[in-house]
Amino acid sequence: MASQATNIAVVGGTDADHAKIDIILKKYEGQKGSLIPILQDTQDLYNYLPRKALEYIAEQTGNPISAIYGVVTFYSQFHLNPRGRNIVRVCQGTACHVRGGKTILETMEKALGVKAGHTTDDARFTLETIACLGACGMAPVMQINGETHGRLTPEIIPEILAKYK
Amino acid sequence: MEMVNLTINGVKVQAPKNATILEAAKSAGIHIPTLCYHPDLKPEGACRLCVVEATGARGLVASCCYPVAEGMVVQTNTAQVRKARRLVVELLLASHPKGCLSCRKSGDCELQRIAADLDVRNHRFDWGERKTYTLDDSNPCLVRDQEKCILCGRCIRMCRDVQGMNVYSFARRGFHAMVAAAFEQDLSKVACSFCGQCSAVCPTAAIMEKDDTERVWDAIHDPDKIVVCQVAPSVRVALGEEVGLAPGSIVTGKMVAGLKAMGFDKVFDTNFSADLTIMEEGHEFVDRLQHGGVLPMVTSCSPGWVNMCELKYPDLLPHLSTAKSPQGMFGAVIKTYWAEKANVNPAKIVSVSVMPCIAKKAECVRPQLRDSGFQDVDIVITTRELGKMLREDGIDFTRLPDAEFDSPLGYGSGAGAIFGTTGGVMEAALRTVADVVTGQDIQQVDYKAVRGFEETKEATLNIAGKEIRIAVCNTLGSAMKMMDRVRAGTANYHFIEVMACPGGCIGGGGQPIPTSKAIKKKRMEAIYSIDSNSKIRKSHENPEIKILYDTWMGKPLGEKAHRLLHTHYSPQNR
Repeated sequence: MASQATNIAVVGGTDADHAKIDIILKKYEGQKGSLIPILQDTQDLYNYLPRKALEYIAEQTGNPISAIYGVVTFYSQFHLNPRGRNIVRVCQGTACHVRGGKTILETMEKALGVKAGHTTDDARFTLETIACLGACGMAPVMQINGETHGRLTPEIIPEILAKYK
Repeated sequence: MEMVNLTINGVKVQAPKNATILEAAKSAGIHIPTLCYHPDLKPEGACRLCVVEATGARGLVASCCYPVAEGMVVQTNTAQVRKARRLVVELLLASHPKGCLSCRKSGDCELQRIAADLDVRNHRFDWGERKTYTLDDSNPCLVRDQEKCILCGRCIRMCRDVQGMNVYSFARRGFHAMVAAAFEQDLSKVACSFCGQCSAVCPTAAIMEKDDTERVWDAIHDPDKIVVCQVAPSVRVALGEEVGLAPGSIVTGKMVAGLKAMGFDKVFDTNFSADLTIMEEGHEFVDRLQHGGVLPMVTSCSPGWVNMCELKYPDLLPHLSTAKSPQGMFGAVIKTYWAEKANVNPAKIVSVSVMPCIAKKAECVRPQLRDSGFQDVDIVITTRELGKMLREDGIDFTRLPDAEFDSPLGYGSGAGAIFGTTGGVMEAALRTVADVVTGQDIQQVDYKAVRGFEETKEATLNIAGKEIRIAVCNTLGSAMKMMDRVRAGTANYHFIEVMACPGGCIGGGGQPIPTSKAIKKKRMEAIYSIDSNSKIRKSHENPEIKILYDTWMGKPLGEKAHRLLHTHYSPQNR
């Protein structure tokens, strides 16, 4: 565990990390208002935004680290903690709500053993909620890694999860 | 300037075309309540307390940001405005702790005052959820109590726009929105200079100086301790505000009397050690100039600035004068020279300093400042804390008979006095440097080019046939620009003065609240009047300074002076 924690602390801060981030920074060089795309591309590299990577971006772009932290915590698309290999988004929008979206979320929480917003210990799943996926006709729905699963019932959940390793 | 005509509450008002409604109203003597607005900061329109009705606008507008226009009709007190304003306060109070009675800001709190002014008695939304945060008192200077934060953003704007330090930012969103340092770390973990300007503009108790008054009372009430204090140059021109006097009141004599009435055994004058600083720093400058030392030399008496340099410009530390700050010098001298003279065991001395400054609280615990064999200065309190102690002690300040500082260490020249304002250290140094370099008693002692509020001032002087290029910076933002130039090799100066706070120590983070440029201007005028009314206006002519060197210290930059009056700096990594 200790070594894993140390690893997390240096992620984004090694020379190899800097080389990867440099490519992203180069892509947006000289463009005003490019902080968000830089953060998005960086998150694509790691699945989340490692602190060291943010500190490096601050140093290289001249954006204060406090302001970058402000941006990252403002937008729900950004994540400061490592995320699972599979991202589950359970819809809690109005249509899903009236068709049992809450029960689906509770079933998922039980099945994965984590609350919404958290990642399983084995890093297999991150469970999130979302306000509306625009697939109300299939309510209640959830998305796993961008694939939409509709007309959900608690019974079919284990079968769906089994497909994602 | 192009002017426009408008009507506010039926009163015809003329205002510059680029003025805001708030500014126009103020000029006409019409009061509009504000919270996130601060006269020294860019308006942001965050709190919506200053809303008014204005023709040509849809709905209510925030008068702090909304520009005036020709023919505009503004109403600041309609039923709709009142209702909206009160709702703003009610919603702020909904998630605000109600412990006003025991809050440190009670009496000085803008939220409290506005709630009273607007007669908000009925807490309709009290059932709402409260945010809970851990108190950040991780550093010697500032305490952050975020439960009292109303998200006005003044601290962010001060730290970002004026000081350039960018310690704070808004983070998170909606109900969870907060003012945070990066990764929500404590201030002790981030690159904060501890200048305390955030605390000077915070309308509530969300950011305050660390309260060290109880430690002072404990020392005063301990019969085994000899409790001495030194008072910084800019405290005497600001303390009056703490007891209800007009800004710019000079209260030196009453301040000394008040400190003695509180129970201090000796009351000394930091103006004395400001003169001492000039002796060392002036000679250091001449030495660097004549012997190829590192130039430009930069002053080191402002601890917020020293922290910033150690944090952000560690490569430029050799530019800092090695002379300690006046507080630091005084600390070392009290527990050595004075202890010896007064035949007092230095172990029994509790050395307190009264400062306009928040960062001095961190300076006094620097490991470098223990040259007396003890911690040289034990406790630092700010002007605000002294005001509080005077009130607590029930001292009727304005009726106190004037008293004199104790001697020795109680006399300061006019040069020492002006340490309290931007440009003052430079001017004081030049008065001594000019005499040292020329070997004459130069009569012209006013260096007007370095005076005033501009963030960066520069001048070229001719001293004994040599051209001396100087610059003076106040605010950390302007210091950063200057140090970037020093780093790039384009700052073609011999000597630079930096003070971290806007206006210098008169605008220090620990000075009375409210503070604004207009108030600071009064304090500055008072400082210069102390100087111009002084019989002795050069540090090296201060008789107590002469005695100190002749009978004890030896020569400026000498062995003893080097040991007690000079220091070193180390990079800080936070």
